Order: sequence, then structure tokens, then C-alpha cells
Amino acid sequence: MKQSIRIASGQGFWGDLQTAPVDQVRKGPVDYMMMDFLAEVTMSILQKQKMKDPKLGYAKDLVPLFEEILPDIVQKNIKVITNGGGVNPIACREAIFAVAKKLGIKNLKIGIVLGDDILGKIDALASKGIALDNMETKEKLASIRSKVISANVYFGAMPIVEALRQGAQIVITGRTTDTGLTLAPMIHEFGWSINDWDKLASGTVAGHILECGGQASGGNFSRDWKEIPDIAHIGFPIAEAHPDGTMIITKHEKTGGLVSSSTVKEQLLYEIGDPKDYITPDCIADFTTIQLKDIATNRVEVRGVKGRAATEFYKVSMSYADGFTAFGTLTYAWPDALEKASTADEILRLRLADLKLEFEEIRTEFLGFNSCFGPLAENSNELNEVVMRVGVRGHDKQSIDRFSKELAPLILTGPPSVTGFAGGRPKPSEVIAYWPALIPKSAVTPNVVVEEA
Amino acid sequence: MKVQLIQIAHARSGDKGDTGNVGVIARKPEYYPFLEKYLTVDRVKEHFAGICLGKVERFELPNLGALNFLLHEALGGGGTRSLKNDAQGKTLSSVMLRMQLEINETILL
Repeated sequence: MKQSIRIASGQGFWGDLQTAPVDQVRKGPVDYMMMDFLAEVTMSILQKQKMKDPKLGYAKDLVPLFEEILPDIVQKNIKVITNGGGVNPIACREAIFAVAKKLGIKNLKIGIVLGDDILGKIDALASKGIALDNMETKEKLASIRSKVISANVYFGAMPIVEALRQGAQIVITGRTTDTGLTLAPMIHEFGWSINDWDKLASGTVAGHILECGGQASGGNFSRDWKEIPDIAHIGFPIAEAHPDGTMIITKHEKTGGLVSSSTVKEQLLYEIGDPKDYITPDCIADFTTIQLKDIATNRVEVRGVKGRAATEFYKVSMSYADGFTAFGTLTYAWPDALEKASTADEILRLRLADLKLEFEEIRTEFLGFNSCFGPLAENSNELNEVVMRVGVRGHDKQSIDRFSKELAPLILTGPPSVTGFAGGRPKPSEVIAYWPALIPKSAVTPNVVVEEA
Repeated sequence: MKVQLIQIAHARSGDKGDTGNVGVIARKPEYYPFLEKYLTVDRVKEHFAGICLGKVERFELPNLGALNFLLHEALGGGGTRSLKNDAQGKTLSSVMLRMQLEINETILL
């Protein structure tokens, strides 16, 4: 058994720093790289893409990325684990096999995890008494059933462990917990038992630290943010994991950013609920047991993590279409910038009321600094400018479309010294609402397929 | 003495649907008891008046010298439904850190 493995974070969200995963495999030793691509609404976007073209529905950025890193990871035997398969891990695998062929790389093993997509099984599940009602609001699924766009089960680390066991160099999953991507290699390498809750919780904590990329190594850091060295060339975090569940959070040498107990603490606190109950399909981690210690520059030790038995359920993430929004902005310049913007907002609302349009909400916010005054903006104690940002939401598409035509006229028929409409009329976009539910683990089975080409 | 929270703490915030989460971390271990004592649910609820429309929950993480707050109904519906510029609550941390606290003890800053 290895005494230590290095797991690198390569991507904190779809659209994150493009150079980060390349740096992670080139700037120092790593054994694994995990990349999180899926936010809650991402699955619905991918599901829509797949409906238009059955070859789409995965994170397409993976293709140019693998064109760049595939030779590195093959040569160094770095295993890559990502949930970027979205709603179409098969198509994602084929695209990466095509990259391998193009680069002349042979005997590449790719594992995929299927079975999380239950969109086509919702009614069959309902007939078996699995209702998928909203776990937070307790609303019945029937209230939105006809509008559902995507439905995916969050699998944990275990299907990935199976793919690694079968020798996969790359593992592509659909909806998998972010933490499972990091926990899986630890279970695989250290042979942790599936009910060794403390160790599974330790790996889960490592996963939470890595899942948002640079947010653990100096990015979006509220304490002494000006002191972070060379953040332009930030090194993404790396977990050096040990068989006993302890780990060191670090980053490659000669990269920017900072790993300290403070940067790690901020990430540990990010988007959590009750810290004693961090629930995943693999275990329940107790964040109040985590012990951190700065042991050297850019090296933080994590130990002491306690866990409890996993629940009998998987979480299901569903999305459904729920109306439309549109946003528009106008910029008002000094003098009386805020008063002008406020007045424009009042005028706009009167006109919208005259038109008897139906909205569930109209919201106006005021933003801005120096687009009108350039360098002169620095010297003013008064507001140089205010950007009026108006948003509307509703189920009546015609009302939303009509709103889009009411913003530009304010330029010639409202308060003076106004600009910033070059982008044209606001474009309505669909609201994709989120519907969390629970499903008994016995009702779904992950399907792991490892192929070589 | 009067203390602005940013002098004794740092913070990070994010979203879960329409609920914002704000983690508040003591800048030094000795500041944590003051956070526990003065950064109460009621004080936070009062500070976020007009922003957080639902209840406030607080969880303690003494091991990290930190508190985690959940601000319910704070994100204009959350996700793609929200009309807020900051629909994901990323700046709720700044709003929290601007809070003024009146404390009875003397803190060495």
C-alpha cells in the first residue's frame, strides 16, 4: 500500500481557470487530479443540449483540455476523475478516445459511471411508491411533473472506486458528489472499508477543501487578501492523503497563492449547513471535529475528523422550467446620479403599470464607479455614476418581452446624462428552478463501464 | 468598546437555494469567545434586516474558531429565479463584516 497519494484539484466549476489543470499535472508530482464541473443548474443546461444533439450533454471544455494534458497524464500515470460527463458520459468518453487516437495514444482505459440519470424513470419510480417530493418544501412532485427538465441521483465515491479498481486512467461520471471525486482514490489506494466512517469522513473533508479549486489556496480570501502572493499565477490546492485519514493540504512549489489554516478554514465554511451533519452518499462528516495545523509554509495538516454512518438515501437533483427573467441596465452620471437613476426606475415602473404587464417580481439595484468619468472618478466624494439594474420575473413571456422594449426609451424620455444601452434590448431567459428530493439507495444502481481503446 | 466585526474576524459566504450561508472566522483564537458571545442570532437577524427575510440559524465550530450562519430567504428566491446581482450570496460576507459590535470587555486588537 502506498503511504501517501497526492490528489490535485484541477477545476472548481465549469469555466474555472483554464490553465489550472495543466499546471497541476506539469508543475509538480501528483497521482490523481479531480475536476468538478457540475453546479446545480448545469445538468438542466446539458440535458437541453443533449435533446438537441444526442452527441452533446457533457462539459465540452474537457476535449481541448485532454488534447493538452493526455500525453502528460499517460506518461506520468496520473489518474483523472471528473463529473464533467454531465448527462452524457458515453459521448464524453468517445470524444476523449478520439483525442487519444488523434494523439497516437494507445491502450487508454476510460471508466464511466452511468445510472444517475433518472429522467426517464420518474413515473416508473412513482408507481413503486417513490414519490420524489421536494425534501425541503414537502411539495408534491405532481405540481411540477410536466415541467421537469432533468433528474439526477447524486452518487458518491463507490462507483469511481470500482472504475479505478478495473484500471481506469480516466473516470468520467455524471452527477456525483464533488467530495466523492476526491474520496474515491483514497478508498481505492488505502483499501478503506466502506463502513470506516472516520476515514470516509476525512476523505470527504479533503473533497470539500478541493472542490472549489483556488478558493482553498488564496482565491476569494477575505482575510488579508492584499497579502496573497502572485495570485495571478495561483496554484490550485493539492491534498496529500495518508492511509490513517490524516492529510496535508498544499500546492505546487513556485506557484502563486497561499495555503494556510485561514484559507482552508474559509473553504471549510463555504456552503455548508449544520457542520455536525455534512451528509454525503458515503458518510456523514462532522466538521466540528476537524483539527487544522500550519506545519510549514503552504502546508496545512488536517486530522481528527470523525464520521458517522451514511443514510439509506441518495439525494436527487431535479430541475424544472419555472417562468422567465430579463435584466437591463442604464448608467446615470453625476450630478445627482443616484436621484436620476431612482427617478428613472420610478418612471419605468409607472410605464410598466400602464401597460398592465404581469410580473411576479420587479427588482432594481444601483451599481457603478468610473465608466463616465474615467480617471476623474478618483477625485470625487460624490457618486460619479450609478448603474440602474432592473430585473423582472414572471410566467407570462409576453410581459417579459414587452419589458425589454421599455428600457431604451428612458434615454430620451427620462432623466438626463444617461448611457450604456449599447448591448441592445434585454434578452429573456428561462428560469431553471431546483427541486431536491430523496430516493432510497436500493432503487437505483450505478453502472460502471471501463473500456480500453 | 466598539468593534467592527472585520477587525476581529474574516468570512466567506455562499448559497444553497434561497438560503445564504456566512462562515465567520476569528482572526485570532482569543477572539472566538467574543464571536460566540456577541454575534448572536438576534444581532445577525437585526443587522440583515431587509436582506434576510426568513430565520437566522447559527452553528458553532469552536475547533476552527468559527461560526456558521444560515440566512433563510436572503437571496431573492435563489438560483436562476433571483433578480439580485448577487444571486449567490457571495458578498453577504462583506455585509456581515461591516457589523458594529458593542462589547463590554477590552479586546487587544
